[in-house]
Amino acid sequence: MAAVTPTAPRAHARARRRISPGRALAWAVMTAIVVITLVPFYWILRTALSSNTGLTADPSSPLPTGLTGGGFARVFGQQSTKEALAQGGAGGSIDFWRYLLNSVVVSTLITVCQILFSAMAAYAFARLRWRGRDRMFGLFLAGLMVPTIFTFLPNFVLIKQLGLVDTLLGIALPSLFMTPFAVFFLRQFFMNLPREVEEAALLDGAGKVRIFFRVLLPMASTPVITLGVLTYITAWNDYFWPLMVSYSDSSRVLTVALSIFRAQTPQTGTDWSGLMAATLVAALPMLVLFGCFARRIVNSIGFSGIK
Amino acid sequence: MTVASSSPPTRVRLPGAEPARRKTKDRTGERDGGGSGGDGALAAVFIAPALLGFLVFLLWPTLRGIYLSFTRFNLLTPAEWVGLDNYVRMVNDPIFWGSLRVTVEYVVINIGVQTVAALAIAVLMQRLTKSALLRGIVLTPYLVSNVVAGIVWLWMLDTQLGIGNRVIGVFGLDHIPFLTDETWAIPTIALINVWRHVGYTALLLFAGLQAIPSDVYEAAKVDGASEWRMFWRVTLPLLRPVLAVVLIMTVIGSFQVFDSVAVTTAGGPANATNVLQLYIYGSAFGRFQFGYASAMSVALLVVLSVITVIQYRLTRAGHTDLG
Repeated sequence: MAAVTPTAPRAHARARRRISPGRALAWAVMTAIVVITLVPFYWILRTALSSNTGLTADPSSPLPTGLTGGGFARVFGQQSTKEALAQGGAGGSIDFWRYLLNSVVVSTLITVCQILFSAMAAYAFARLRWRGRDRMFGLFLAGLMVPTIFTFLPNFVLIKQLGLVDTLLGIALPSLFMTPFAVFFLRQFFMNLPREVEEAALLDGAGKVRIFFRVLLPMASTPVITLGVLTYITAWNDYFWPLMVSYSDSSRVLTVALSIFRAQTPQTGTDWSGLMAATLVAALPMLVLFGCFARRIVNSIGFSGIK
Repeated sequence: MTVASSSPPTRVRLPGAEPARRKTKDRTGERDGGGSGGDGALAAVFIAPALLGFLVFLLWPTLRGIYLSFTRFNLLTPAEWVGLDNYVRMVNDPIFWGSLRVTVEYVVINIGVQTVAALAIAVLMQRLTKSALLRGIVLTPYLVSNVVAGIVWLWMLDTQLGIGNRVIGVFGLDHIPFLTDETWAIPTIALINVWRHVGYTALLLFAGLQAIPSDVYEAAKVDGASEWRMFWRVTLPLLRPVLAVVLIMTVIGSFQVFDSVAVTTAGGPANATNVLQLYIYGSAFGRFQFGYASAMSVALLVVLSVITVIQYRLTRAGHTDLG
């Protein structure tokens, strides 16, 4: 799993021996990259904890100015309209818990179903023998070439005809069953599993369905988790499709709510404090999720992308 | 994409584990071999949900999208066949060409900067440290949505209160109207998306670098090659196939820019950032011209297909480098 090559210890030894000017420069560049990567995250936090008046008075202070939880209070609707307006908020109705819940429901539904169905198909493509299998897999692969945007408009028409516009199911449905990539990714894994495992279970009298769910799927936990987390993040961050399908609070997910929250802020001055609090609320769950599986994902991303 | 060529695992079938009739009846299955007997019925059950999704939400919409591009359709009345009208209109539509130009400008800046930066990060990670923590850090922007990235940078680059112009001011430079100026808006959005995606791209390239055997570097070092020379003579040539695949993926992704533009400039000022997807979206949902929007989607599909084919050719050419 951890692809540590033999060069690793050597590189370390070399680094300790002498720090050449080139190496120092390389480290400086790397440090700069890390800073650029992380500064926006800090700035979200710093702004979210500031008051809007504080932000105007001292725009470049590295610390929160006029430290307050008002931004978060507005996001979660804990402020009266009058208070919100006084602090530079829109005072409109925002139901963040609802959007948060919607995002969780949609992302979970997509991830669980898509991974399960894709894994089943991947197993059928990798381990079962049936007529036309290779041809059909070729067709699935061709699906990789169709950019998602191309299917958006016809899919919207379809979802509308199904009467699922402005429902969570309507948002989830197109990616519920499969993506060519997920099928292909998991098929690669199943193909590389040693057959002995399967054969031993067959000899013990287990059926193929049982083998799949009790033996092969658990063995595939690493690629499944990696794919699952990436799918979850993608579903959570999706904006274009939910924007098309959802019209009201009942199906609004966080990304769409965020852009509306931004559009709602008064013309006199954007409610940056509230907006940053909202972005933090929207981004935090994925950062935490990633934190839990970071090592696994980081190590297998090369695999997911290329091989 | 390299996947398609992966060879099926060869294995010895257990004698007698499989009825002889299968050999003639099911030749496709024969190649990969299974446990025992044909699994047609079981496979049908296992494949059913994915196949349903594939047919209903991928294949059918693709065909329907092409059909809709030849119609006038506003969602309310049935689609009316108009032949090539939408395409004629598209060719004569200056806004379409403008949005195509803006999109290409975005892609060139985004991909150019992102590829160079990702390559630099990947090589630095490879040559300096293989720390998983560092790899995790560069990936963090990828975890936030384009919407969040757009809003955060919109705030940091705000002309009045943004920290971006303050930092620039420290160096004695004039304020830059990053997102409100026609010249600056597209490069700025392109760079925002570099920030979000560069870590992911770097990790893909890093994985490619890992596959280069270390003794090649050792040999180069013995020959007295500098790091700089090793990069040009060893790393880059050996990485080229991986680089090409990554480029195909990122270019296709880059062409589909929408979210970050929608939340930062919404196409303005004066259509300066009205990228193709935004124009398609506006035509469909703003003016209910689904037929015209579909025609532009077909155009986008054609552009992407051509790019893919060209890049795929280049990938093939790159394979020789691996020897």
